[in-house]
Amino acid sequence: MFKITAKEVLAPNVTRFSVEAPDVARSRQPGQFVVIRAEETSERVPLTIVDSDPEKGTIDLIIQDAGYSTHCISCFEVGDAFQDVLGPLGKPTHLEKFGTVVCVGGGVGIAVLFPIAKGLKEAGNYVITINGARNKELVILEDELAKVSDELIITTDDGSYGIKGFGTTVLQGLIDEGRKIDFVVAIGPTIMMKAVAEVTRPYKIPTIASLNAMMIDGTGMCGGCRVTVGDEVKFACVDGPEFDAHLVDFDEQIAKHHYYDHEQACEMEKIIAEAEQERS
Amino acid sequence: MAEEKRSRPPRQKKERIPRQEMPVRPPEERIQDFNEVALGFTEELALIEAKRCLQCPKHPCMEGCPVSVDIPGFIHLVSEGEFINAAQKIKETNLLPAVCGRVCPQEEQCEQVCVVGKIDQPVAIGRLERFVADYEREHAEAEIPEIAPATGKKVAVVGSGPAGITVAYELLQAKAIVAAEIETIKKMGAEIKLDMLIGKTRTIDQLLEEDGFDAIFIGTGAGLPMFLNLPGENLNGISSANEFLTRVNLMKAYRDDYDTPVKVGKNVAVIGAGNVAMDAARSAKRVGGEDTEVSIVYRRARDQMPAREEEIHHAEEEGIIFNLLTNPIRFIGDDKHNVKQMECIRMELGEPDESGRRRPIPIKGSEHTVDADTVIVALGTTPRKFIAETTPDLKTSKWGTFLVDEETGKTSKEGVFAGGDIVTGSATVIKAMGAGRVAAQSIKEYLAD
Repeated sequence: MFKITAKEVLAPNVTRFSVEAPDVARSRQPGQFVVIRAEETSERVPLTIVDSDPEKGTIDLIIQDAGYSTHCISCFEVGDAFQDVLGPLGKPTHLEKFGTVVCVGGGVGIAVLFPIAKGLKEAGNYVITINGARNKELVILEDELAKVSDELIITTDDGSYGIKGFGTTVLQGLIDEGRKIDFVVAIGPTIMMKAVAEVTRPYKIPTIASLNAMMIDGTGMCGGCRVTVGDEVKFACVDGPEFDAHLVDFDEQIAKHHYYDHEQACEMEKIIAEAEQERS
Repeated sequence: MAEEKRSRPPRQKKERIPRQEMPVRPPEERIQDFNEVALGFTEELALIEAKRCLQCPKHPCMEGCPVSVDIPGFIHLVSEGEFINAAQKIKETNLLPAVCGRVCPQEEQCEQVCVVGKIDQPVAIGRLERFVADYEREHAEAEIPEIAPATGKKVAVVGSGPAGITVAYELLQAKAIVAAEIETIKKMGAEIKLDMLIGKTRTIDQLLEEDGFDAIFIGTGAGLPMFLNLPGENLNGISSANEFLTRVNLMKAYRDDYDTPVKVGKNVAVIGAGNVAMDAARSAKRVGGEDTEVSIVYRRARDQMPAREEEIHHAEEEGIIFNLLTNPIRFIGDDKHNVKQMECIRMELGEPDESGRRRPIPIKGSEHTVDADTVIVALGTTPRKFIAETTPDLKTSKWGTFLVDEETGKTSKEGVFAGGDIVTGSATVIKAMGAGRVAAQSIKEYLAD
């Protein structure tokens, strides 16, 4: 069992957990994830390792309450324990000194972006981070990102904080200003990563995206996370989760995300029914 | 002298006892649930079947068994009604008789060479094995075998399948073998570490250099599913048999109290014809219900199907359709990226290929489409690469299997042994256990040096 040592609500429906997992804390590298199974009967959910403390033996995970299983996980409290935490999984981010790097993150993708931005900074890059959210309330990890970024730009869809608009617009602006950009990392909703890939494609700026594919085991056993990259089929769990954003078939990924919508909705109805029963 | 002249009465031919059938639940009942299809011998049936064994002195059956179970010995005990002792007799060399009695391909092993089989149907060794194992589980307290005195040596067993648990068991026990499964091994002093993915959480080198292990056995199996690499294979609704069966079985999607979703449409196509394909097809029928049509799509003919005859027979009884000499060439999706059809081509059999089976050749112009809203790909598996990738001095074949010395299970790396599917590619439970026994013996010798 993997005990929860800290819990913090970062934004509405966005929770940060510190979890005791000493072996994972020691061996993990930026870009890697764990698969957690909250209880015996739970689904297995992949979550990026945001940070770790090898001394204390803890890893930090950030989860957005976006459906049945993530809702159940978000309800865990300090002192509770997850049944299984398996990792670190996936290939670590390839970190080298590229020069100027732009990290574009959206929504809870910021949680995935943070360790990569930190790693790129430590590798000697000049890091520009674009942290996008729907509104001010949903901006997360601002202080942490500020520490590892040479420039931090916040955008909100509604203009309630930072620049009004999307990260892609800011990125396009940087390119138009003539800033020399050597490498771009895009992490967030699939549609956003696709948009970033389209912005950098004409300029041939190397761009990677970290896919949040659906997974079961996270170790290559099921192939449920198949992704078309160029003319090859890869497994996001063992070959990724990061891929060349100019080669990923994002439309396929978007379609895959909707495959279990109906089942998800049925499970959510269960939660609502339970809640209503408790109330009455 | 008249007596002598009288022709001898024909020798009373001892009436031959026919091979006893195992009671099986009727197809229409069993497709409603996930419970076992075959019910196993009753005590009466077991006693009758055991009498069919000739107790022949050569007992070729034992040579036909990868772990050399004392087959005549245990069958003799069954015929005496000593069912628990019979189970313990098997467990002298095979820890998992309940499993092997069910999944071993006896028709290619012990039963294939059974002497009775030369004139009649062979003794039902597998069914008897299953019976005594089940009987023991229901009637006896599993005893903890005598544990060998501690040697101060530490061995890491990576993987808890049949090869791995055999190694752990053999290394811990001194002599009398009574029962074994994970719980027994724990009670015997093994520490079981879950959520420990070797090659990721810790590496082989870390186990040897930092964690103080004197030897390592790797029994991590072959877990990476193969796909067809055809256009459209990434459409929604197309999954590996590994994914489908993991959802249904391991993650219990069929139970309401589990959160795992699983989807089965109205037209399920299972690609492949091995035991896993049969399992997937029959599970799909159970998940989908009566309106779901499930077919096995296979490029060769019935005689070349690699599944066990029993599995094929059960599948047929349950209404699985066999679409043979047919090969998919691409998958066609709808506007939601969900698979809806499959384009196939008919095949004919040519000359035998390297595997000895007749090579399937596409028939030109025979392309046709079939409806399929769920496709399950069951083409076999290859080893995963975590350990090979992080242990450069471990030699592997081009298929990713570990190269070992067959006699000892030794890999190219000092102190590291391997066995089971990671060495052979996907094979059987009993072969993995055989490899585990070999490796355990050589680990003992290695540690004694």
